Amino acid sequence: MNLTSDQMIFWQHGFFKLNQTILTTWGMMLLMTVSAMLITRHLATEGKISRWQGALEIIITTLETQIKDVGLAEPRKYLAFLGTLFVFVATCALCIIIPDYKPPTESLSTTAALALCVFFAVPLYGIREQGLGGYLKTYTQPTILMLPFNIISELSRTLALAVRLFGNMMSGVMIVGILLTITPFLFPAVMTALGLLTGMVQAYIFTILAGVYIAAATLVPKRQAVAAPLSKPTSRQN
Amino acid sequence: MDSTTVIAVASIVTAGMTIGIGCLAPALGEGKSVATALTSLAQQPDASATITRTLFVGLAMIESLAIYCFVVSMILIFANPFWKYIIAHAAQAR
Repeated sequence: MNLTSDQMIFWQHGFFKLNQTILTTWGMMLLMTVSAMLITRHLATEGKISRWQGALEIIITTLETQIKDVGLAEPRKYLAFLGTLFVFVATCALCIIIPDYKPPTESLSTTAALALCVFFAVPLYGIREQGLGGYLKTYTQPTILMLPFNIISELSRTLALAVRLFGNMMSGVMIVGILLTITPFLFPAVMTALGLLTGMVQAYIFTILAGVYIAAATLVPKRQAVAAPLSKPTSRQN
Repeated sequence: MDSTTVIAVASIVTAGMTIGIGCLAPALGEGKSVATALTSLAQQPDASATITRTLFVGLAMIESLAIYCFVVSMILIFANPFWKYIIAHAAQAR
């Protein structure tokens, strides 16, 4: 039994391998890009809007409120990044209803790549909000003694993000595969339905955790926030 | 017992124990957190959105511990590095 879809190689030329994970990822990218382009071609602000536009608006507004609830006051700044993460992971998870499909998030390479995006996005957003010095200061936040632990947590939470998504998706595929050999008819379908729920929850969790990490890096600490209106009145406005 | 048998026995037994013990503690934790969330939902239905969101995030964090154990046991069974080493060694010797 293959543990990941990385091991199924379609084409190989020297160092470059074209495995199932990459192909499915390209397929997902194509699906999402083309459908988004088709839907946004006929946008309407009044009168009768199309169903698909309504669906996209639901996704956007829900994501915005969720990001705002996490503690990021201006969700539009982070929507492009966090929304992409959510839509990609959710689409990958929802497509498991297609037969012979293996979600790309079932491979540790994909989830590690997503987690690395979060790993690099957090300091970038933090530096953009607070400046380099302000962001570096968050590492020594309660006391300077916490510096090594903050750095360790930065690394370990990236690992946790990757392994959590990978483990959840892989366990869903694996359980269905094992059940197919034991009870072939009804039960795997039920587990696939459960896998749909798990996939959506994991997409949500991944996005919310990335949002929480970004919020922790960008939020001005309480003491400074009180003093901020006197020194820098427009620091949170732009 | 030669080394092949030792590795096979150790891998299988450890995989079972990993998933068994590794599910026990997160299950206790998840049960406790769900019970507490239900209590607070009954006390404050108005805050249900916040409570549910925090509960889901917390459950996923707890569940990931069980998932780590699952990943380790899967690696032990299906992608065991020591087992692969032994196989490669045997193929070389032959």
